[in-house]
Amino acid sequence: MSVLIYTENADGKFKKSIFEAVSYARTIADNNDTNLVAISIGEVNAEELASLGKYGVEKVLNVSNEKLKNFVNQAYASVIAAAAKKESADIVVLSNSFSGRGLAPRIGVKLEAGVADGAVSLPDQDGGKFKVKKTAFSGKAFAIVELTSVKKVISLTPNSYKIIEQNSTTLVEDFVAETEPSDFKAMIKEIVRSADKVSLPDADIVVSGGRGLKGPENWGMIEELADVLGAALACSKPVSDAGWRPHSEHVGQTGIAVSPNLYIAIGISGAIQHLAGVSSSKVIVVINKDPDAPFFKVADYGIVGDAFEVVPKLIKAIKEYKASA
Amino acid sequence: MKILVCISNVPDTTTKITFTDNNTQFNTNGVQFILNPYDEIALARAIELTDGGIGSVTVINVGEVNTEATIRKALAIGAADAVRINAKPHDAWFVAFQIAQYIKTNPFDLVLTGRESIDYNGSKVAGMLGELLGLPSVSIIKKLDLEGDHAIVEREIEGGKEVLTIPLPFVAGTAEGVAEPKIPNMRGIMSARTKPLSVIEPVEVKTFSEVISFETPAPRGQVKIIPATDPGQLVALLHTEAKII
Ligand SMILES: Cc1cc2nc3c(=O)[nH]c(=O)nc-3n(C[C@H](O)[C@H](O)[C@H](O)COP(=O)(O)OP(=O)(O)OC[C@H]3O[C@@H](n4cnc5c(N)ncnc54)[C@H](O)[C@@H]3O)c2cc1C
Ligand SMILES: Nc1ncnc2c1ncn2[C@@H]1O[C@H](COP(=O)(O)O)[C@@H](O)[C@H]1O
Repeated sequence: MSVLIYTENADGKFKKSIFEAVSYARTIADNNDTNLVAISIGEVNAEELASLGKYGVEKVLNVSNEKLKNFVNQAYASVIAAAAKKESADIVVLSNSFSGRGLAPRIGVKLEAGVADGAVSLPDQDGGKFKVKKTAFSGKAFAIVELTSVKKVISLTPNSYKIIEQNSTTLVEDFVAETEPSDFKAMIKEIVRSADKVSLPDADIVVSGGRGLKGPENWGMIEELADVLGAALACSKPVSDAGWRPHSEHVGQTGIAVSPNLYIAIGISGAIQHLAGVSSSKVIVVINKDPDAPFFKVADYGIVGDAFEVVPKLIKAIKEYKASA
Repeated sequence: MKILVCISNVPDTTTKITFTDNNTQFNTNGVQFILNPYDEIALARAIELTDGGIGSVTVINVGEVNTEATIRKALAIGAADAVRINAKPHDAWFVAFQIAQYIKTNPFDLVLTGRESIDYNGSKVAGMLGELLGLPSVSIIKKLDLEGDHAIVEREIEGGKEVLTIPLPFVAGTAEGVAEPKIPNMRGIMSARTKPLSVIEPVEVKTFSEVISFETPAPRGQVKIIPATDPGQLVALLHTEAKII
């Protein structure tokens, strides 16, 4: 047996969340005295592939095929399942990215494997069992799920496992997997990237604005704050419903769930549905003019004050700190 | 045009989540159950796409008899008929397997789910259904339009979006942006009582996962309030104490 990690790339590069998932898979392989094999699909150069060795990957199966250049859910699932079979991998690890969410259930069915989606810590293998902790109830709780099948698929929540560097190298091997024509029914027409911004699900720091900001014209200072912090932008649901900000920035129970190192909420009351998607952030800062806003109850740091006065001062303070650091 | 919408019965979004029996059971005491908010979006879009008599919407749920209020709500919103597979929804695999069995003998042009159920947040049923039926699946879509025998869908990706063309039939999980949820009107509520709801028994299937127990997140310490006049103190704390910047 071995552990297989799918190392998803974004335009030929591996992101931080992938190194987290590789480190996670490496630890699982160590705990099971077995080796770690990666599968990379798409156009990734030799140097980037080799960088996986730094996190303990022993071998990379590299699938470079014009037809598989861009993500095709069905075809990628076929290739990853084929790799799992070839390597006799009992455990397949993915990052719980948007693509990972499409792949994990399909791979699970192909391998007749139990799927633990959105794992937040290492599996507990005490007593021969295999238990995985995952978020449930939209971040209001965790569920401990036991996988009872021989084969297992685990997708790891970004920002929940530390990156571990090791001093090792990796072997890159070309891998050709059978795909069916029916795997390519869904076709990409267009990929639209909002290139200049930090992507919300990947961000270490998130700056989020709510209805307290009164209107879209007031987002300039929010964008500037995000800019000085290298943060991604987010918002509450009413803000995206009103069209002040795009839906892709809406966080919470019915939006994106995020778990950054720092979440700064400005003019957001902290309704239970909003908290559901952000409460697993490591540190929460709340800026609200109402001292009784529910958000303060789950915050680490709070400023009671008018955002229009506090935020410019905060930006200035961060700039001064950066200049002196 | 026949569309199947998979619906789940979940605790209301305002529910305070607690557990009983040594954290092994979700405490349903006093909890109100609702139609999963993402499934409301799927249902609304399905109704729009079949509007004007060009098709019909069926809803399906894997659940015990107590989910029927939620099923009736979906009928009141505008589904033509409903199917309940009479079983406890053990896990996503169990649910997908049952629904796939049903679809194999009752084909649809399009199968919609929500992007995830707000209780177990798996985002799994759509992908599993796709694989079990040998159909394309897109787990999280933001937009869905039909053009003849295929659909144009938008899928979210980190830092952008992807536009896909997919021939019918396929499976997709809807997220915000696909449609605005519809509120049932009086006529809908009245007619829902008499719309067909068929109950079928589950098929035998092995299961691969088991929820053993639950945990609630560790409470945060007391919030530190920083004077509004001096946000510099916050920057200092984020550096020295939280070690983030
Ligand atoms: C089924 C369902 C799902 C939902 N899902 C989500 C979800 O995913 N995400 C989500 O966010 N919401 C969700 N909601 C909505 C949620 O219940 C709240 O209505 C919403 O989060 C409130 O947004 P808000 O905090 O921006 O606005 P408000 O509640 O209006 O709060 C505005 C806050 O700004 C403060 N404020 C005003 N002026 C200033 C100022 N000058 N300076 C500083 N502070 C100021 C006020 O004190 C107040 O606390 C959902 C609701 C339902 C029913
Ligand atoms: N018991 C169920 N019966 C019917 N459909 C379900 C059930 N559970 C989940 N689904 C569907 O699958 C979607 C995703 O659920 P999940 O994979 O549990 O996050 C939901 O939005 C529903 O559309």
